[in-house]
Amino acid sequence: MIQARVLIRPKEGILDAQGKAVEGALPALGFDGIEHVRVGRIVELRAESADRLEELCEKLLANPLIEDYEIETIAE
Amino acid sequence: MKWGVLQFPGSCDERDALNACLIAEASLGGGGSDSGSRLVWHEETDLSGLDGIVVPGGFSYGDYLRAGAIARFSPAMTAVAEFAADGGPVLGICNGFQVLCESGLLPGALLTNERTRFICRQGDLIVGDANSPFLSELEPGQKISIPFKHQSGRFFAPPELLEEIESNNQVAFRYAPGHNPNGSLNDIAGVTNRAGNVLGLMPHPEHAVEEFAGSTDGLGLFRGPALAGAEA
Repeated sequence: MIQARVLIRPKEGILDAQGKAVEGALPALGFDGIEHVRVGRIVELRAESADRLEELCEKLLANPLIEDYEIETIAE
Repeated sequence: MKWGVLQFPGSCDERDALNACLIAEASLGGGGSDSGSRLVWHEETDLSGLDGIVVPGGFSYGDYLRAGAIARFSPAMTAVAEFAADGGPVLGICNGFQVLCESGLLPGALLTNERTRFICRQGDLIVGDANSPFLSELEPGQKISIPFKHQSGRFFAPPELLEEIESNNQVAFRYAPGHNPNGSLNDIAGVTNRAGNVLGLMPHPEHAVEEFAGSTDGLGLFRGPALAGAEA
């Protein structure tokens, strides 16, 4: 089994409403000088092989129209 | 005309949608409780005998991952894809629109509203110039007033795809000027596939079919396919 981590995030250029909401809350909490906040998600999984992980991302974990993804193998 | 209204775990508008189908049928002299229109559980694969499909609103499978992402893999959606490929009329409302986009039956994607808030209010739409059986009773440019009720309704398509949707006349509805509640590109509230037999929209025609609701402007969509003689 391998252990993999898939990082999914909104494509550059697409307004990330969640990121904007987080960013908007920062000054009130005393965090200054932080910008371009983007919110994505991480999916961790175990698989017998990495062979079909890309297909899994294309078909389910990410929507390629609006999201980019990166697959990282974290343990063999 | 016999309608099938899909029901996923987490659907919540399926009964209003079925009610709208029955009212539309009754208004055309058919229907009634024995009309054959019915709910279709998400595990069903046999749509035989049905003439039209509604994929209703709600939060299918909890909307986990992305709205509509998991529902697209349900057995019933595989059957709906075949039904649509054969030219059968398929209407996706709200979450149903998201499911149809995720399935690739409709172009584009729906993102979280620009201001992240859940919207729940009546608003105006302008009928687009798409050629669809669902629009057979509506005129391009006509204004209808129906409820908006969603949090992930911001229609998005990359520039080339958006151009394709516009040039192929696939826009079914736009938000009226000043009524775009979510930042949708080109004010798009609903689109069709190339053939026109699949239509999805974020606002809710099924909640505007009886006088007590303040508007019956949604009824036309449910009358459309029978009037167009578009039964599969």
